[in-house]
Formats: sequence, structure tokens, C-alpha cells
Amino acid sequence: MTTATTPVRTAAKPSAPAVSARKHRPGRRKRLELALLLGPALLLFTGFVLVPIGIAAYYSVFNWKGFGPLDDFVGFKNYADAFGGKVFQSAIVHNLIIAGLSIVVQLPLSIGLALLLNRKLRGRAVLRALVFAPYVLSEAITAVIWALMLQPNGFADQTLRGAGLGGLVHNWLADPGIVLYTMFAVITWKYVGFGIILLLAGLQGVPAELREAAALDGASAWQTTRHVVLPLLGPTIRIWIFLSVIGSLQLFDVVWIMTQGGPANASTTMATYLIDHGFKRYEFGFGSAVAVILFVICFVFALLYQRFALRRDTQGALTRMVG
Amino acid sequence: MFVKRRITVLAALAAVVPLALAACSGGNDTPAQQPSGPVTLTWWHNGTTDPIKSIWEKVVADYHQAHGDVTIKAQPLQNEDFSTKVPLALQSAEPPDIYQSWGAGDLASQLTSGKVADITDFTKSWITQTTGKFGENWQVDGKQYGVPFEQHFVGFWYRKDLFQQAGITTPPKTMDELNAAVTQLKAKGIAPVSVGGKDRWPDAFYYNYFAVRECSIDVLKQSVKAVKLEDPCWTKAGQDLKNFLATQPFQTGFAGTPAQQGAGSSAGLVANGKAAMELQGDWEPGTMSSLTEDKQLDSNVGWFPFPSVAGGQGDPAAVLGGGDGFACTTRASKACADFLQYLGSEPVQTQLAAQGAGLPVNTVAAKSLKTDTLKAVYDYGTKAPYLQMYFDRAFPTAVGAALNDAVANMFAGQGTPEGIVAAVNQAAAGNK
Repeated sequence: MTTATTPVRTAAKPSAPAVSARKHRPGRRKRLELALLLGPALLLFTGFVLVPIGIAAYYSVFNWKGFGPLDDFVGFKNYADAFGGKVFQSAIVHNLIIAGLSIVVQLPLSIGLALLLNRKLRGRAVLRALVFAPYVLSEAITAVIWALMLQPNGFADQTLRGAGLGGLVHNWLADPGIVLYTMFAVITWKYVGFGIILLLAGLQGVPAELREAAALDGASAWQTTRHVVLPLLGPTIRIWIFLSVIGSLQLFDVVWIMTQGGPANASTTMATYLIDHGFKRYEFGFGSAVAVILFVICFVFALLYQRFALRRDTQGALTRMVG
Repeated sequence: MFVKRRITVLAALAAVVPLALAACSGGNDTPAQQPSGPVTLTWWHNGTTDPIKSIWEKVVADYHQAHGDVTIKAQPLQNEDFSTKVPLALQSAEPPDIYQSWGAGDLASQLTSGKVADITDFTKSWITQTTGKFGENWQVDGKQYGVPFEQHFVGFWYRKDLFQQAGITTPPKTMDELNAAVTQLKAKGIAPVSVGGKDRWPDAFYYNYFAVRECSIDVLKQSVKAVKLEDPCWTKAGQDLKNFLATQPFQTGFAGTPAQQGAGSSAGLVANGKAAMELQGDWEPGTMSSLTEDKQLDSNVGWFPFPSVAGGQGDPAAVLGGGDGFACTTRASKACADFLQYLGSEPVQTQLAAQGAGLPVNTVAAKSLKTDTLKAVYDYGTKAPYLQMYFDRAFPTAVGAALNDAVANMFAGQGTPEGIVAAVNQAAAGNK
């Protein structure tokens, strides 16, 4: 929240007050610069983000099948229906479970692997490429591959049996009690590489001198990691949590392709519910209401998280006014 | 990471708005001024794979040769894309002139756009002769809005070799016999029935058929028309399904199995001898042949109708099915209707039948069907006293989807027979 107090530009007449100089001389040019540089982006942002959100909000108060005029105004009925429906309630819970599991499982996993891959070891480059590979695959391909591997007596089952773990074989995609965790495993496989790369980048920012100093002071490897490296990774970890939670809330592709939200809605997420009801049933008004709910949840989370968790990390970077 | 997806959806919604506003001002019932002179028709069909892909390509070329002033611009779309693209297109200023339509409830939903053409006058001279009574499924309130080119009937496809192994000599005719067959197959370690539970609609076939067997034809007609399930037969159908599920007739993990994708799909399991039978439409042999290396498959596969249900009020010979057709939009509905007449004519229908693309609507083409099994299916279907459209097509779209979901839930071990009926009635009343 620091505001630069020193005027950067020097006024033409040293005697003129800085304020009036700011007002007049650079004003027009600056406005032109702003319009030129910001204009196109602002236009696109308005046209493809703000306006659609507004339109979705408008549709969401109508009972509209996608055909014909918008003449059946129903107020907030669509919202009430969504929140009152068991399937949508469970969809929200599923999103929250995925988000929670991401933080509890994926984060430690990513940190552990990143620390490991940050050490000098043989074949490090190959290993790094390997863990990152799934992230490069498209979600559709990931989902199709895993759907094939997880089918009954498929690759996953046979591997487990081959390893003498036949007792662990389950109906990965067909058991309503398991399917959500199957989805989570696939997402983890896909996105853990992204976390690792992010954290590896963060680790490059930890000065070697600090570790050396800690070692000289007699700190063990664990103590160095815990009290020197991890705190310095804080900003990276907080950004990762942010991306991961937003991603979890909007989870769609993998679930839609692998299960379509089934069986018995056991893997439905807010986004699959949206598509299922908005498009497949021609209930565009209701679907828009769900889209708005999804948007508001993500937006509120993003704001709160920025305000309370990312505040220190972005301090200066986002709030400092230059010139 | 997922942000892009949401924006796409919103952008799609955004694209509709101006069009929606434009649509409000349009919407006239009188046939639009038909364009004179050379005309180009855009044609959205779902023939993305052979044999139908090549047939449609040939149809486009042949039709242009015979009618020099008509050019057809075909646009094959993935089948699944129709449910999203057609609503958007019908709001736009330039919808396709001809688009794939499955008739009944869907078509009725689309009428409200004001863009779907009433082609009664252009078709009445030939429609009955070409499509028989079947063409009525593309009518709404007695007016013709589309024309079918293929019909479909659902029944059990089974492997003769596996039935023989289990000592089943004749295909089951009653539910008791079917249950006995399931027991015999299980005793031999064969998965008796495969079903593509992930896709939900294959689950619904079972409830649909139990309802067709439990409910009288009058009740079926009246309930579909009123979009309301009141007769106790609808609940009995759910109970029949529940009883059948209790015998555990399906393959392992059926609730997560896709219907048609890959060798592990329900069709693939039958094609590769991993399951003995499947309740599916007449497209099944075509689907199966692409999922196996077995070149002798056709001779190894037989068909029998859905068994009769003891005490049911329904006609044991009534058939569940549906069909593929095309609807016209208003810009050039006359030219469109003429083209649809060509699709129903003997040369095209014969090709469809001979190449195994589907069951023809025009009876003259029936003799060209590829296999005796398909001929048997055709005979059973066309001689049936009543054809019930799949309920997810017969009902308005949202109601049909609600029915499929409720049935799929029962397949996944949740829900009650009463729950299925309630789900349909709730959806019909506009509740989510």
C-alpha cells in the first residue's frame, strides 16, 4: 500500500508546483498511452468476460429453454432450485472435497518431490521432464487414457493383481463410494507436475548462502528445510494453493469424459452439473443461474484469498503506484 | 487452469443474446417467400463415420447432378454436438436449412424458435407412401416438421456361441426364461448381460421396455401426450426393473461402462465374447464390428425381442424404438422438403439398407438389408402393433433427461420405483 510520494517526472519549470505539472503536461500524452496500451485489452476483457457475465446473470432470472423470447421471468427461482436440489448440493460438496484433498495431498507431495528434484542427482533432467509430462497432455487425452486403464480388468486392475495386491481392486469408475477419489487421483497425476515446476522455480529463489549459514550454525537438513527453505517458499505455495482451489472449483473435463458425473451423481461437480442441465436439457436459464453461482463462489474466494493470504506476496507488485 | 472452459460457455451464451433479440421480432407462421433460381442448402448431419458418411457424400453429388440449380453443402457434426449447436443455430439469423432431428419431444421443443418450417404442404403427396405411419413421429399437432430416413428398434442382441455353451437352446420369450438364462450363463462364468451404464440412455432402455410391457397402449399414448405418469403400471415397471437388477445380470462395473467406445464398452464386450447379450438398437451389429477383429461376428450374433412380462397390461409385441430424420428451417423449406423426399426414395433407401447404415423407412428397400438378423428385426419392428419412441425422445428434452437420470440412479443401487415416476412428474412440472 505504499504510494510513491516523490514525483518521478521533473517539471519543466522548477518553480511550478509538482501537482499542476502532473495535471497538465504529461496528462494528454499519458492518457493516449493508456488508451493505446490498455484499450484493446480492456475491450476484449469487457466483450468476452464482463458482458457475458452480465448476460448470464440476466438469463438466470428467466425460465428459458434456449428458444424463443425471454418472457418467463421467474426472479431468483432458478437460484433457489439449484441450492435446493440435492444433486447440486452434493456437487458443491464434491468440489470442496477435491479442493481440500488437493491441499492436503497434492501440496506435500509436490513439495517433497520438488525438494528431491532440486538436489543434484543422476538423471535429474529426465526425472523433471517425466513428472512434468502429464501436465502437458490435454485433459481430454488424460481422461480417455485413464478411463481405459481403470476399466474392469484393465491395466490398473491387472497391475494390482500382478503385484499381489488383488484385494485392492475396485470398481474405480462404477462404485459411487469410490469414483470421486478416482477422479482426484487422476487430477493429482495430471497436476502434480505443475506444482513441482512451480515449487522448483521457487526453490531457485532460496539463496544458497542461507542454507550454508544454517548448516554452519549446526542445523540439520530437516531443520534447514523446515525453518529456512519452507518459509522462503511461502509465496510460491500460496500461489499454488490459489490456482489449485480455483481449478478444483471449476473441475470439468476429466470428470465429464470419464463418468459424466455418474454413477448416481457421485462424481458430479458444479461445472458438469451446469453443462448437464444447461445444455443437455435445454434449460439455459437455469444453467445460467448455476454458472453465476459458480462464478460468484470462485470470485469471492479469489478476492478473500488475495486480501488475506496473498496480501504480503503481492504487496508492492500490485499496489505500488508509479509516477 | 479451468478458467478457459467457463469463459467459452459464457461466450457462447453471449453470442446468443443479439440473436435471441432478433428472434423475438421474427416468428411468423406463414411459409416464408421461397428463394427462386439457384439455391444452396446447408445440411447438418451426424454421418461422421462410414458407411453413412460415404452414402451422404454420394447423395450430395447425385442430387446436384439431377437438380442443377440446387447445391447441398453438407456439414457433418459429431452426434453429441447437436444438442448444443442446434439451439444456438435456431436463434441465429442463418440456421442450417436442413438439420438432423430425432422427432417427437425434441422437435416440439425446437418449434418455439419460430425457425423450424411447417412442410406439411410440400410432403403430403408422398410422405405416407415413403415413411408409412412412422413419419408421424416428426409431426407436432398434426403438422409435418421433419422427415425420417431411418427407423430403429431395440431388442436383445446375443451371442449364439455363448448361449450354446450355457445350454440355452431357444432365446428367452418371457422374463422367467430370461432370468433362467442369466442363471445358466452365470453358472458357466459368463457375464450374462452387458450395459453401458455410464451413458445412462442404455439403462433407460430397460425401464422403457418394462413400461411398454406393463402399460396398455392407451396409457402409453395418453401419458406421453400429457407428460404425466399416473397409472400404477409406471411404478410396476420400476419394480420389474428393480427385481431384474436384483438378479445381478450385468457385467462387473457396469455403472462406469461406456456404451460404444472401445473394446471395454458394453458393445465391445459382446463383440469380443466377454458378455452374452445386450439390450440395444439395430445399430448394434455396426457398432460391434468396429470394436472387434472377429470377421465372423455377424453369423455368430442373433436377436430376440424384449421378453413378455407376466401380468403386464402392455402388448407383448409392442416395440421400443425411434428414428433418424431431418427437419427444415424456413428459408428454403420447399427445396429442403424436396431433398428429404429424395432421401426417402428407393435408390437412397436401398443404399442405406444394403450398406448396413440402418433400417430403411421405405418398405421397398427392406429386401436389401444385409443380414437375415436385420431382416428379422425389421419385420418385428414394422409389424408391431405399436411403436413407443424412446421416452427420452418422446418427452420434452428436460423430462426425458430426468427419466434417464432416475433410471441410471437405480442401476447404481439408489432410488425406488416410485422415485422414477416422481422424477418424471417433477421435471414435467418444471422443477429441477
